[in-house]
Amino acid sequence: MNFTGIIQYWIGKDPAALDRIDSRRKVMREFCSTTAKLVATTLPFTLGALFNKAYGQSNTQITDVLNYALTLEYLESEFYKSGLDAGVVPAGTPAENAIKTIRDHEMAHVSFLSTVLQSMNVTPVTKPDFDFTAGGTFSDVFTNYDTFLAVAQTFEDTGVRAYKGSAGDLISNNTVLTATLQIHSVEARHASHIRQMRKARGTLLKPWVTGNDIGGVGAAVQFSYDGEENVVQGGVDISALVSDNSATEAFDEPLGPDQIMAILSPFFIP
Amino acid sequence: MNQYKRNGRRDFLLTGFTAGVAGITFLACNKDDDDPANKPPEGSIDLGKGDTGILNYAFALEQLEAAFYMQVIASPFTGMTADERMLLMDIRDHEIAHRDFFKMALGTNAVPMLETDFSVVDFSNRDSVLSTAKTFEDLGVSAYNGAAQLIQNADYLMLAGKIVSVEARHAALIRDLISNGTFADGTAVNSDGLDLVNDPLTVLAAAAPFLKSKIWAGNLPNS
Repeated sequence: MNFTGIIQYWIGKDPAALDRIDSRRKVMREFCSTTAKLVATTLPFTLGALFNKAYGQSNTQITDVLNYALTLEYLESEFYKSGLDAGVVPAGTPAENAIKTIRDHEMAHVSFLSTVLQSMNVTPVTKPDFDFTAGGTFSDVFTNYDTFLAVAQTFEDTGVRAYKGSAGDLISNNTVLTATLQIHSVEARHASHIRQMRKARGTLLKPWVTGNDIGGVGAAVQFSYDGEENVVQGGVDISALVSDNSATEAFDEPLGPDQIMAILSPFFIP
Repeated sequence: MNQYKRNGRRDFLLTGFTAGVAGITFLACNKDDDDPANKPPEGSIDLGKGDTGILNYAFALEQLEAAFYMQVIASPFTGMTADERMLLMDIRDHEIAHRDFFKMALGTNAVPMLETDFSVVDFSNRDSVLSTAKTFEDLGVSAYNGAAQLIQNADYLMLAGKIVSVEARHAALIRDLISNGTFADGTAVNSDGLDLVNDPLTVLAAAAPFLKSKIWAGNLPNS
């Protein structure tokens, strides 16, 4: 694995970017800052000047996160496009419609994030090259429908964790924060449905993540689920309130950029 | 952890919480501290200000959801399948976890338990129950998405993020139970691929018909 190469590919040939987008390596803005904020519902997405209102976090930091998100969306959109092109999804079925819906969302995310980056005068990263077999781990990903769905589930569940892990890095820019959270919950909707699709094909699975259960996808994706077994939230032991399983399901857990990159690196061709 | 292991059902009608359990401390952002105009109308429940107010707002919504699903399971609609029951019980327990988390985290700052009004719901009817569930789940997603920018503390923002994606998983499932494939249709996701977002006043207005208690959000941050 050429880690440096992947970082450069991901973050616009700038390895230092990883430091800037990892919340654990920097100090959050001051509590109770009097930053002016926008009201959510009045958010007809006004591009341009709005995006340049970065306060405690530098514009570079914000746009690094956006390029990181864009890279993830390229991964997902290319995956669904390739799968549909390869005919791995049974044609003329509800499943095909669902995958097309998800593909269209991921493509819309690519377009949206690119537009936002351009409005902030930053060049969006170019589309990376992908190996969706992850070096042969999922060698039949575009010929075996079950493998395709398994990889899809991993991408969606991992994507949810990635967006969640970056939200804190966007706290100073309300517009970008809100928009990326609106993407985040769409990815969670996708994950829910993909899991139901796999369940319909015989995998014991729920729409939510139980413990760090990988849903039979294979040990290669364990890192995408590790940490989801957490039952303590904000100092409260949730397992004292509901069953252990429900306690883990009720809260999805974040992952930082370096963890996400380690997980997804096998899918990138540096 | 075995995902099919079920703990024995506990009594979810939790009657009391040990004080001081929560590890979160609350510091209000007292923008409006000295403004005498910010007084709740008689008989209404003031959510409070700053991050405490936002967390109380989430607590109120989770109370509503938990109470709804408790009733759904207590009086199952006609024809509820074993699979539907399992899924709806899971959702009930998630909402209870959220509700009780906020109650414990807020401690003495928590608003009281709210009185709900589900008289418009026919709990014996699948369509009535699921359409109400869809309303609540989509509303919840939009509420958390809209509230995030009002949160000052990054730790609370993270907690909201941990919950909103679970609400989105619920929303997608409920939608699929109503009509398979509608998990993220055009009524939930716009042409930019973005999910629903609403500010607190819009959300509370939508929730009001299901609440006997009157909630007042006049001290919530709006910026």
